[in-house]
Amino acid sequence: MSAPILEVSGLTIALPPGADRPNAITDINLALGPAEILCIVGESGSGKSVLSSALMGALPRGLTIASGGIALNGTDLTRQTERAWRDIRGRRIAMIPQEPMAALNPSTRVGRQIEEVFEIHGRLTPQERRAEALRLIEEMHLPDPARIAAAYPHQLSGGQCQRICIAMALSLNPDLLIADEPTTALDVTSQAQVLKLICELRDLHGQGVLFITHDLGVVADIADRIAVMEKGRLVEIGAARQILQAPAHPYTQKLIAAVPSFATKSRPRPAVEAGACLQVQGLAKTYGRTQALKPCDLVVERGTTLAVVGESGSGKSTLARLLIRLVEPTSGAAMINGQDLAKLSGAPLRKARRTIQMIFQDPFGSLNPRRSVGDVIARAAALAGADRASARQIAKDLLERVGLSAAAYARRPSAFSGGQRQRVGIARALAMRPDILIADESVSALDVSVQAQVLDLLRELQLELGVTIIFITHDLRVAAGISDQVAVMKRGEIVELCDTATLVNAPAHPYTQALIAAAPGRGVI
Amino acid sequence: MKRYLRPTILIGAGLVGLWVLVALFAPWLAPFDPLKSLSPLALPGTPAPGGGVFWLGADLLGRDILSRMIYGARPVVALSTLATLTAYAVGVTAGLLAGYFSGWIDTALSFLANVILSFPVLVLYIVVIVALGPSPINVVIAVTFASAPAVFRIVRTIAADLKQRDFIAAAVTQGESTWRILFIEILPNATGPLTVDFCLRLGYTTIIIGALGFLGLGLPPPAPDWGGMVNEGRALAFAFPHLVIFPCLAISSLVLGLSLLADGLNEARDGQGRGS
Repeated sequence: MSAPILEVSGLTIALPPGADRPNAITDINLALGPAEILCIVGESGSGKSVLSSALMGALPRGLTIASGGIALNGTDLTRQTERAWRDIRGRRIAMIPQEPMAALNPSTRVGRQIEEVFEIHGRLTPQERRAEALRLIEEMHLPDPARIAAAYPHQLSGGQCQRICIAMALSLNPDLLIADEPTTALDVTSQAQVLKLICELRDLHGQGVLFITHDLGVVADIADRIAVMEKGRLVEIGAARQILQAPAHPYTQKLIAAVPSFATKSRPRPAVEAGACLQVQGLAKTYGRTQALKPCDLVVERGTTLAVVGESGSGKSTLARLLIRLVEPTSGAAMINGQDLAKLSGAPLRKARRTIQMIFQDPFGSLNPRRSVGDVIARAAALAGADRASARQIAKDLLERVGLSAAAYARRPSAFSGGQRQRVGIARALAMRPDILIADESVSALDVSVQAQVLDLLRELQLELGVTIIFITHDLRVAAGISDQVAVMKRGEIVELCDTATLVNAPAHPYTQALIAAAPGRGVI
Repeated sequence: MKRYLRPTILIGAGLVGLWVLVALFAPWLAPFDPLKSLSPLALPGTPAPGGGVFWLGADLLGRDILSRMIYGARPVVALSTLATLTAYAVGVTAGLLAGYFSGWIDTALSFLANVILSFPVLVLYIVVIVALGPSPINVVIAVTFASAPAVFRIVRTIAADLKQRDFIAAAVTQGESTWRILFIEILPNATGPLTVDFCLRLGYTTIIIGALGFLGLGLPPPAPDWGGMVNEGRALAFAFPHLVIFPCLAISSLVLGLSLLADGLNEARDGQGRGS
């Protein structure tokens, strides 16, 4: 390795007193060479974002560098004034944001936003800036640069916005590029394209790239070297191949084991009477002129799992909301045990709703912050017909069943982590004793290891209770691990529906094939 | 709990609590009968005929000002609380319905609220009181009519935001009744901003009741009423400032207390952080 661009030595950043640990990050040592991609991997709370904000000289209020140094080509970054930082940021270090849509100004054309970077740093004439912005847009492989430059961010897709952000980051040809979860908010296919682009640009310009992510699949696709962080410490650092194939540290091994893969698992079926639990016939929904869901047909056997896979805007959430009747169908019917919820109203509808329950996507928005989790679950049990005393007991039993203690009963949701809240959500849904459980992206907001635990829990519960599960996800790898059959959706339409093993091993539809090809980390992990 | 022990809250609660106690125990605290004519225009500190002292002087008809102030706290405290509560009952219910259901209910209720809010408040009170006649109940009706739209706006905004959250969707899919979703799931999440607004609104109502009394639209004489006392003393205020100053101090101290309380509660809420 030639002389490193970035050297972090013994960096320790202190948290304010009263936090759960004394330091956000402790004694971090790492170096990054030119044209190298170093992936920093860790779960939430591992300190990876604190590290990246320290490198940008933008530590959150209350955090201070306790000891250690950061050197960028010999410049000590820990002793720069705010004025000096303004010159360093953008020119020597640039950042690719996590949420491209939020990082762009919604009221300014994107071409103009790229020109602004030059303007702020006092470079080039107005004509040169415009030409340079167009050249950068073209370099990002965006079609029709002139049209893109004149577009506002909301007229572009997430992947296109991220390319604009990358163009802005590269505009002044910085030495170091920091990418903080740059593809987390993107669909799998655009994620694959953006990752390819980052590799290509690195080869072209020779920047060092510090790539922060929680997704080991992405890491496998892009990393030259990998650094694994846990609770603020660097537990392992080394060449990508070595870490992925022969991880030395137990935490790395655990992380790699938890990554979902396409391996389908045969597993015992719950003992329930055979027959269809859910029958969907010609179910469709249109909003004005947009067809959110084209007429679709589905049959799900009792005690089995159907995974619905699709990218954002594919209509998978619309399907879930139609099944559970949070929205009214435009046409068609969804029969749950022979009963169509859409034909009911008033009290009979409220009673029939018990049969189909949902575990929501956002563990922070799906629990009422003002009610204790025990009350929430007990109320669900009471609605399912239990009396007051037994509802309390059911709630306590369920809390233990999903891996929380009965002592959690009186606590408010704010006392729990994301994974724990998702367990509360599962307990609440189960308290209704439903026939069908819909999990709408229920694990996508969770860290991989927690995600694996929640998936295991769902499998166990299905075996024990014989509940039918509709599992909605954007991640075909997760779907493969949990489902008996998979429905692949695109633009409001089910393009392929078959059993999981066939779908993964011999996908028939070109879109399914593209999804499988785009899945990060395929073949390495 | 500790974050509520801040000076603004302590002073505010002290002032408000003082007037509530005065209102409750008026018959034991007042040195004289508030309606009895004793010694017209006596200055503060003058001994009263038949024993006792006019600590704050006597008014034009010779009635003890301190006693009238003490008795005058009763209608102010009772009416402003009652009127604000009814304004809340109407505003909260309408706001929850409009925010949760949106659609034509929201359009209709919001239009009505905007129409009412577009009138100058005092003119609105005068119109209602003149139409219905001055009486305690009509003061309550007037205040409800004029204040409910503002409460409605706050609650409507909060409800419209909260109904997008998944925990409301969860309640719907569990088969909860609309009534429970509105009052058990949504309303408790609005208590923070509503508590602060309640204290501020009590203050406005106190001022308004004083203003109505001053305009002769409050309690019919000779009942002791702070606003009425200021009005009666107005003509002689330059010669005998004590006729006006003390009732004014009563009104401002109560309103100041309520405003401090609202400020303090707001600060305490901010300090607690938005996350929880």
